[in-house]
Amino acid sequence: MSDEAFYAALRHTYLTTVPQVGELGIELIRVDGAAAEARLPCKPEFLGDTERQLIHTGVVSTLVDSVAGLALLAHIAKRIRIATLDLRIDYLRPSRPGKDLICRAECYRLTGQIAFMRATVWQDDPAAPVAYSLGAFMVTMVPGNPSERTVLQ
Amino acid sequence: MNMEAARKLARERGDATALLRMVPYVGYLGLRMDLTIPTAPVLCLPFRPGLVGNPVLQAVHGGVIAGFLESAALMHLLLLLDEQRIPKSIDFSIDYLRSTHPEDSYASCAVERLGRRVAQVQIRCWQGDAAKPVALARAHFLLADDAPA
Repeated sequence: MSDEAFYAALRHTYLTTVPQVGELGIELIRVDGAAAEARLPCKPEFLGDTERQLIHTGVVSTLVDSVAGLALLAHIAKRIRIATLDLRIDYLRPSRPGKDLICRAECYRLTGQIAFMRATVWQDDPAAPVAYSLGAFMVTMVPGNPSERTVLQ
Repeated sequence: MNMEAARKLARERGDATALLRMVPYVGYLGLRMDLTIPTAPVLCLPFRPGLVGNPVLQAVHGGVIAGFLESAALMHLLLLLDEQRIPKSIDFSIDYLRSTHPEDSYASCAVERLGRRVAQVQIRCWQGDAAKPVALARAHFLLADDAPA
């Protein structure tokens, strides 16, 4: 399977088999070995503060965890299982309803068993992020033919 | 219903329905609040298939667990402090200790530091066995500061 075919299969599996991704309405913009980028259109039930009109930060966390996992699967592009070890998120600016949340995640260091991921979330301007996140993921190789590529485990 | 009335109902009658309704995302998750010990509420995230992040294990999405724990900390503060507005999240950090199962999740919180402007909250999450947490988290919240800067 070529890299392009793998990324296409990964996109399809992610969008069609992960219930929470479908329920929130996450849309993929880009998935390849360098990064994953996704968009989340806001829904009324995402609000955390109706008085100030702010999106709940839990929605941002879910988007970050999900897109970081996808970026890691694309980055490694082999039969693996992944598990989030930890995630830290700084909420740099308020997120407003009526605008999409856009998340870009990438792997900045990969060892044999651990992947270090970073993610940025913005609304209007990538240079003015609403959240910045770092996370560590556990990577487990799945035994079998290494040339055989199956996407989500 | 305003915040004060919702809080009063939760504190005096043990009915947190109105307080939970103050936050739409808490409603989306379907959170419940057990007020058996009024000063130590236990938040529950009822399992439903839409929250699954791993279709093979049917595990609750790790991001949903994060959102649940941020919500649990927020509801804990709304119940126990006298804030008139929703505290703002500054940052959040979570360690995932065990994989989750397709069942209800629970969370309890402790405010380890309460300043005039910032609250630090520790959050513990478990499923079947409270002695085996599936995740531990902490959060900082910015409180409404009525004093002049």
